[in-house]
Amino acid sequence: MSHPDRSDPGLLNKLLDKIRRYDGPPLTIMEVCGTHTVSIARMGLSALLPKGVSLLSGPGCPVCVTPVDIFDEAIYLAREKDVIIATYGDAMRVPGSETSLLEVKAGGGEVYPVYSTTDALDLSQKNKNREVVFIGLGFETTSPTVAHALITAKNLGVNNFSVLSAHKVLLPAMEALLLDPEVKIDAFLCPGHASMVLGWRCYEELAEKYGTPSVVAGFEPHEILLAINMLLAQAKEGAVRVENAYPKAVSEEGNTSALNLLERVFKKVDSKWRGLGMLPGSGYELSDEFADYDARRRFLSGVKFDSSEPAGCSCADVLRGVIAPAQCPLFAKRCTPKDPVGACMVSSEGACGAHYRYREV
Amino acid sequence: MQKRITTAHGGGGEEMRELISGLFFKYFSNPYLEKLNDFAKVDISSRRIALSTDSFVVEPWSFPGGNIGDLAVCGTVNDISMSGATPLYLTCGFILPEGMPLEDLEEIVSAMARRASEAGVLIVTGDTKVVGRGAGPFINTAGVGAVPDGIDIGGEMAKVGDEVIVTGAVGSHGIAVLSKREGLSFSTEVLSDCAPLNKMVAALIENGIIPKVLRDPTRGGVAGALNEISVQSGVEIEIEDEAIPIEQGVRSACDMLGYDPLHIANEGCMLVVVSQKDAQRALELIQSCKYGEGAARIGRIAEGAPRVTAKTLLGTKRLVDPPSGELLPRIC
Repeated sequence: MSHPDRSDPGLLNKLLDKIRRYDGPPLTIMEVCGTHTVSIARMGLSALLPKGVSLLSGPGCPVCVTPVDIFDEAIYLAREKDVIIATYGDAMRVPGSETSLLEVKAGGGEVYPVYSTTDALDLSQKNKNREVVFIGLGFETTSPTVAHALITAKNLGVNNFSVLSAHKVLLPAMEALLLDPEVKIDAFLCPGHASMVLGWRCYEELAEKYGTPSVVAGFEPHEILLAINMLLAQAKEGAVRVENAYPKAVSEEGNTSALNLLERVFKKVDSKWRGLGMLPGSGYELSDEFADYDARRRFLSGVKFDSSEPAGCSCADVLRGVIAPAQCPLFAKRCTPKDPVGACMVSSEGACGAHYRYREV
Repeated sequence: MQKRITTAHGGGGEEMRELISGLFFKYFSNPYLEKLNDFAKVDISSRRIALSTDSFVVEPWSFPGGNIGDLAVCGTVNDISMSGATPLYLTCGFILPEGMPLEDLEEIVSAMARRASEAGVLIVTGDTKVVGRGAGPFINTAGVGAVPDGIDIGGEMAKVGDEVIVTGAVGSHGIAVLSKREGLSFSTEVLSDCAPLNKMVAALIENGIIPKVLRDPTRGGVAGALNEISVQSGVEIEIEDEAIPIEQGVRSACDMLGYDPLHIANEGCMLVVVSQKDAQRALELIQSCKYGEGAARIGRIAEGAPRVTAKTLLGTKRLVDPPSGELLPRIC
């Protein structure tokens, strides 16, 4: 038996007190990762921060940063190409230009939520006379699992499985935010999961170039509070360092075998992000070795979507941390988890979804 | 060769009679059922009765900690019990897919018999239909219970100052079914909490504790049930995040999939709203019952607009919304 927030209350109070006594320069910290956003919202931390210190939700929710085009492509595949679509569940509710995969499924389309790429590959083996397309979303946290499944598929000679890759590279997005004149970020609370693959040292170049203290954080409440304390300590002494507050999971150089998988299966390409637009070298497309498993090359040649965000939706500004979710005119009015307008309200770890679900009173 | 359900088993002829006498009588033996009428005549010595019906379509039909048979009995027993009534008799309708192995049906029926005996209810009449392959088995049960005089329990009865107790760890059933359905494994195996709660309700009433509200937080979870009660009673319900019992396995599964444990279905715990003066005694009585060891006081009824709020770990207050839509796993 345990309780929802497992951290030791004594330790938590000590860490929180220290944050509240902070008297250094103002500091805007961006939590890059959606899981951090949820954890912070759930424990109600924002209301307790001292004056001058604020937390901004960043672009680390995979479903949220995926542009509408990808959902339109997937919907097109499900409707026009008679393929089976396998996808992480939360992508099903994201509105495309006209409809969502969930609605396509309700209308008889074959769209299945899966828990991993391996499940999608299994689906293709159970349906050998059909094409199964997996929608690959997410950062370096999920892309190695896709790479692994693709290598398995190739080794087994599977010929009815492919991936519609919308995988993203984390660092170019962080740099784009630092370069954005509308966005003010003084420090990064770096993601725990993605850093397990990338290693903590990868943030050093950005930290040095832009003078941005960065601390990798775990997901338990005390781990987040500890990392924030480390950022505040750096700010107070005027230091700029990359520190690792999640050493039980994150190493200096990351997971070499996962990085090798990425290297082999994907190639970095310019990629469109919801909110951030086109960023050079920020997406993962399947490498030529895996061209046969690339759903875009197999089914979408000559088909091009250039879809735009839903009217009135401020996801673009939310994702960049320009506005807080509650500042969007649609928030909790026209846009709720039940009937989302924008992707940030759809995902359980989207900034709007998390702020809505755990909104303070 | 393995014996299987065929369309003949639902056809009203010899095969159906064999199924009834060979399997259903074997497990559900009681004089009402064995009269072989299309109805059951029962005696109920109570001025008021409680009725309930529920259909069970869980996929997969067997999961860690139980099967659809356990659910079909416990679910209706619990629904009746939430009125304070003593559940007495159940009806049972099977909708079985052609080709279903008879030994699977026997596993389900024996679970039903075990649960009925545990809860002290009789399955007194039933029906069997066979449908094409591809879905099921499905079970519908309906039940009737006797409401003791002077007992008036309902979602609209919560008053400012009352306390909220949950009788066991939350979220286990939903996660157990999900783990089996999707072949997921978590740090520790999560078992469904499926259990009949009528003895626990009786223990409270027999000891003079009359709850204001009883609610089993099945679909929609604790968050859904509390929101319903807050609306029915027109009150705010304040809970404490830290007070809610959650097993580690449920916790890790929810972390991994992006679910809120308060949104996950339960089948063997209930929410009990009692007056403040009864709260500690009620907790002790519940904890002394089978299935009540993990009970905890989790919050209270407050003045305010109908809503549910939670005191967070850090002492701030947040809203607790009911879940919306199907729970879909997130990416990472």
